[in-house]
Amino acid sequence: MIDASLPPILEVCGLRKIFGEQVVLASVNLAVPRGSIVSVFGRSGTGKSVFLKCLAGLLAPDAGEIRFAVGLLDGFRGRSSYLFQGNALFDSLTAFENVALPLEQTTRFGRREIAQVARDALKSLGLDKFADHFPAQMSGGMQKRLALARSLVTRPELVLFDEPTAGLDPPARSAVFEMILRYKQEFDFTAVVVTHDVPEALAASDRVALLEEGRIQFEGTPVEFAASDDCIVRSFGDNIVTLRTDLEK
Amino acid sequence: MMRLLQAVGQNSLATVAGLGDFTAFASRAVAAMPATRKLGRRWIRAVHEQGVRCVPVVTVVGLFAGLVLGLQGYYVLARFGSAGVLGTLVSLTLTRELAPVLAALMIVGQAGSAIAAEIGIHRNTEQIDALITMGIDPIGYLITPRLLATLIVFPILTVAFTLVGLAGGYLSGSVLLGLDSGVYWSAVHSAIRPADVRECLLKAVFFGVITILICCHSGFTTHRRIGVSGSRAVSVSTTRAVVLASIATLATDYLITSFLV
Repeated sequence: MIDASLPPILEVCGLRKIFGEQVVLASVNLAVPRGSIVSVFGRSGTGKSVFLKCLAGLLAPDAGEIRFAVGLLDGFRGRSSYLFQGNALFDSLTAFENVALPLEQTTRFGRREIAQVARDALKSLGLDKFADHFPAQMSGGMQKRLALARSLVTRPELVLFDEPTAGLDPPARSAVFEMILRYKQEFDFTAVVVTHDVPEALAASDRVALLEEGRIQFEGTPVEFAASDDCIVRSFGDNIVTLRTDLEK
Repeated sequence: MMRLLQAVGQNSLATVAGLGDFTAFASRAVAAMPATRKLGRRWIRAVHEQGVRCVPVVTVVGLFAGLVLGLQGYYVLARFGSAGVLGTLVSLTLTRELAPVLAALMIVGQAGSAIAAEIGIHRNTEQIDALITMGIDPIGYLITPRLLATLIVFPILTVAFTLVGLAGGYLSGSVLLGLDSGVYWSAVHSAIRPADVRECLLKAVFFGVITILICCHSGFTTHRRIGVSGSRAVSVSTTRAVVLASIATLATDYLITSFLV
């Protein structure tokens, strides 16, 4: 539930990122209300992942500001988490160790407490029976859930999802968005989701934004997006739906 | 001509920038020590990775180095009627030069390459980025335990190399070629001074710190390899790590020796 009385948890103003001579993000402005799911759409190569990596502090912007509710990024690190497109699980650690790692390294919990919290996180994502498995021994969907468990174990206020449905089949894509919704209710976080999956994201998001030509071309509710007469929004939505339909045939 | 000058200039600048980057990396690895949590467990793992796994290769190479030294030394010294000082030759050669250098090269080949590859894969699969987003310092988590492990692993393996090498020299000189064993061990005993042992251990520590840092840095910067990416970049980083660490071992050996001689 979005609390309109609260200031946005995240505000991006005039974000600019250039690689060599290529302007990837020209000037991105976006506000993320606390407690919401905001999906950012865009074609491949429009800089969605670059945008998310700037938010996570993995890339330094060339200009602009990223303001979190509590201040600058450094103060926010540890209260946000990032779900990577490729999951970025530690392949030499078991599922349990993957989930326990952020607790061991960033909290003052004792060994028993860490074990308990990690086991609870695995259980809540249906992975408690696979605690001793290595990521390579798990299916793609289980790895995604494990990555989500690791992201949520420290109870972050903001979770950044980078293409969480990449490489998944249509039922699995819907399941991922259902999972985000379910765990958002359980863990009460704010989510920024970068995705290609317009229909699923429209169903799950509180707000959506369209990133094209280095700028946010549209920002609003899913209903406003679907009803928009803006030619860029229309062409994007129609093209994606057509492509999806063709591929699924 | 201009192109040549330009290329030389660019390479020189890149070398200076690389050295600066390496120095900053090493400083961060040292500075991360107090802040890194659960260091003990990862230090033990690093000691196992660098130390225990390298024991077979270090002892086998040490044995053959001693055997060859004993063999060559015996025949050369016998020409001058000085076969009795074979123990002196073998022990001083091993303690002051061969043991620290060859042990370091073997550890680089076995453990250093594995470290570069492992960290390179961490980089390629965004595991290092994941650590950053979790608020974990990747240098403190991945590099510092390995750096601390060198302080114990390299000296111990160098001593092991020396002892096995001395036994190898005894095998070829005394058992195979007939030099009296009492003469051999007596020469060994009287030749090695505390200063030689100090030089040996000092070199071992220096080689350990420098080579493992080079291997870690090479893996950590896998994403910066120009013209290659993915598994090829990991392969380039691993090769680069072994080559640079080997050169650094010999260069450092020369510098330390020139100061201590």
